[in-house]
Amino acid sequence: MSYDVPVAPGDKPQDVQFGGATDHGFPLWEVFVRAKRGLSHTHVGSIHAPDSETAIQNARDGYTRRAEGVSVWVVPSMEIVASDDAESMFEPFEDKPYRHPTFYEIPEEVGQL
Amino acid sequence: MNTVTTNNDLATYIVRHADDNVVIGQRLATYISRAPELEEDLAVGNLSLDHIGVADHLFTYAAKVDGGERTGDDLVMLRSEREYTNLLLVEQRHDGFGDLIARQFLFDAYQLPLWEALSASTDETIAGVSQRAAKEARYHLRHSSMWIVRLGDGTEESHRRIQASIDRMWRFTGEMFEADDLDREMASSGVGVDPSTLKDLWETTVDAVLEEATLTRPEDSFQTSGGRCGMHTEYLGQMLSEMQWLQRSMPGQSW
Repeated sequence: MSYDVPVAPGDKPQDVQFGGATDHGFPLWEVFVRAKRGLSHTHVGSIHAPDSETAIQNARDGYTRRAEGVSVWVVPSMEIVASDDAESMFEPFEDKPYRHPTFYEIPEEVGQL
Repeated sequence: MNTVTTNNDLATYIVRHADDNVVIGQRLATYISRAPELEEDLAVGNLSLDHIGVADHLFTYAAKVDGGERTGDDLVMLRSEREYTNLLLVEQRHDGFGDLIARQFLFDAYQLPLWEALSASTDETIAGVSQRAAKEARYHLRHSSMWIVRLGDGTEESHRRIQASIDRMWRFTGEMFEADDLDREMASSGVGVDPSTLKDLWETTVDAVLEEATLTRPEDSFQTSGGRCGMHTEYLGQMLSEMQWLQRSMPGQSW
């Protein structure tokens, strides 16, 4: 991965490349924050850090400084296994509305579920 | 002798701790955009704001105790170098991240026990500010210790550079534990703390972290002091001239 970065006079282009051979950046971590007790941790973004302890601190500084959370998880982005091929994975569900329990009459007494 | 132009001892005492915080807060702020990583930039910005936040509370209170003629902002922006009473350590210039972390670590290890002791102050405002600041200082110390260990026990170059930074800052550490008449007076009345009582805790923290970081504790040879009396190193004046420039050239300007 590299970005087009304006090059200052005298700079060699490779001096300002990101992610290339000159990059000494740290691994990427995904950050999950729990807003309050009882809720699940929610993915909020990612940060760079050399190790798990630093990752937690960076996540704290990057994502919870406005009191967004009471707990933070970090996971190495490399460890995330993602789904691929949305067509075969998810499209088959689109024409199966009967899987949603929306056809039942809810008795008035039940109120808001 | 103290050159502070406050009207009473309590105000003088509050101002010296406020000065420590505004000076290191400003120092840290000048580093924003220069950290080795974006994440560390955010962390340094947080540290800076924590210190400036504490300074803000203390200056506001000092201004009130002082008699109400001046605001907290006046105390920050309209006092000269000789009227500042911060410790010499916090005004030291950083040539790079190692210096910044070394300065921060040696200061955090002092501030945490300081705030913990001041949390029991008989002065309600000082106790309240200190309780909040102690929580922040605990995190600051965790952050700076982590970096000391990683740099010290990192590569050959990082070890060499952080050791040089620790060595460079070391001669300003003895001053943190020097008690003057005002310190002793404030301690005996229960308002303040005698800084010499914090030294054992500081040494325990510093020795443990330096050991884990495979760093060598410098010899306690020549120690410099004078900050509490307004006798500063050359760096404070330079910093203040930049920090105070706007208020000095356009007095009363605000936004």
